[in-house]
Amino acid sequence: MLAVRVIPCLDVDEGRVVKGTRFEDLRPAGDPVELARAYNDQGADELCFLDIGATPGSRETMMSLVGKVSEQVFIPLCVGGGVRSVEDMRRLLHAGADKVAVCSAALRDPGILSEGARMFGSQCVVLSVDAKRAGRSWHAWRNGGREDSGLDAVEWAARAAKLGAGEILLNSIDRDGTKAGYDIELVRTVAEKVPVPVIASGGAGTLGQVLDAIREGRADAVLLASLFHEKKMTVGDVKAYLKEKGVPVRW
Amino acid sequence: MIGIVDYGAGNLRSVRKAFAFLGKDAVILDSPEGFAAVDRVVLPGVGSFGYAMDRLRERRLFECIGEWGASGRPLFGICLGLQLLAETSDESPGVTGFGFFKGVCRRLPGKKVPQIGWNSVRVLGQDPLLAGIRDGEFFYYANSFYPPAGAGVLAVSDYGIEFAAALGKDNVSGVQFHPEKSGPAGLRLLANWAGSC
Repeated sequence: MLAVRVIPCLDVDEGRVVKGTRFEDLRPAGDPVELARAYNDQGADELCFLDIGATPGSRETMMSLVGKVSEQVFIPLCVGGGVRSVEDMRRLLHAGADKVAVCSAALRDPGILSEGARMFGSQCVVLSVDAKRAGRSWHAWRNGGREDSGLDAVEWAARAAKLGAGEILLNSIDRDGTKAGYDIELVRTVAEKVPVPVIASGGAGTLGQVLDAIREGRADAVLLASLFHEKKMTVGDVKAYLKEKGVPVRW
Repeated sequence: MIGIVDYGAGNLRSVRKAFAFLGKDAVILDSPEGFAAVDRVVLPGVGSFGYAMDRLRERRLFECIGEWGASGRPLFGICLGLQLLAETSDESPGVTGFGFFKGVCRRLPGKKVPQIGWNSVRVLGQDPLLAGIRDGEFFYYANSFYPPAGAGVLAVSDYGIEFAAALGKDNVSGVQFHPEKSGPAGLRLLANWAGSC
């Protein structure tokens, strides 16, 4: 039986892990390689690294840290942030990433999804959707949550899956870092619409909320950041709870 | 020495890093010349069946691998690499595989394809490849197609349908999941295959 994945997310700026609230007020959260090793030891099913530093230097640092992590940690690594072209995807995959998350570049040119899938396989191509509520629906935002693309987030995710995205990393800007719970309605709407796995992200504050994202939201995987970085709980705590509730987890 | 076949699409770096972590030397094989220096061959894989076979022929690796397997030397396929060891695949009709395992690779049924994530594996029998692997252990998959379950099924997984997770027949074997991305259990499996080389 396929397990629901528990994925720690590391937002990296100039080689340091940071965490903010609603994509702002960034606070330092630790060393990426040390955290990666610790989460792996706790039973993480995958690791997600997002480069939020906008500089070329930050990008180079990300390459070398992905290289280091992939020599020590043998679970899937998803890397994103500032990916602009298929060539950027290739460089990250060569550095040691197993999957590359694309956000703004795909909104500008959706062809990057089909081209990436053709060259590397759709299992390498993750569409990251930064979704923000707009009345009764959600819009997909770009540039780190600074600009509204105007596109409906759910329609965009469905179109991306058709183009070749193998997974949807679904971030709720409204819930990011708030610990107010995942946007369950958003997660469920996308999970029921797209034929590829959906990773719920943004807002995890309690174990019950994680369970809700899986049971009510029908997420295939859950992403957590603040709770792990602040050492409020371990990956093992989350998985033990899910297992007790009857959710299939890798144990 | 282990040789990892490079046909331009595989995830060979991850496989090499996993062997390095286990203290096993591995070299990349991107031309027929390299085969003389190795005693075990890994065929890794991501991408599509037809694309991989075209690249293998372009690089004159198709005949090398076929002869290698036929001569009784150890050959191990990972993910698409295992599917290439079958006769054909629905993914690329008309393209011929190596044929070490009889049958056709089929597309997974179900609503969410590709299968991406950790699936449990039921171990059948006691093949040395799976020594020390607990029945029900999880391995990481990323696949839309699965290999044929003829003779030599060593383990199975369930994704709407039960399919062969590991195949082995004499010197030729392979796994549909990614052992190089499956944590300690995956490393154990790679170490089992590599033996004392």
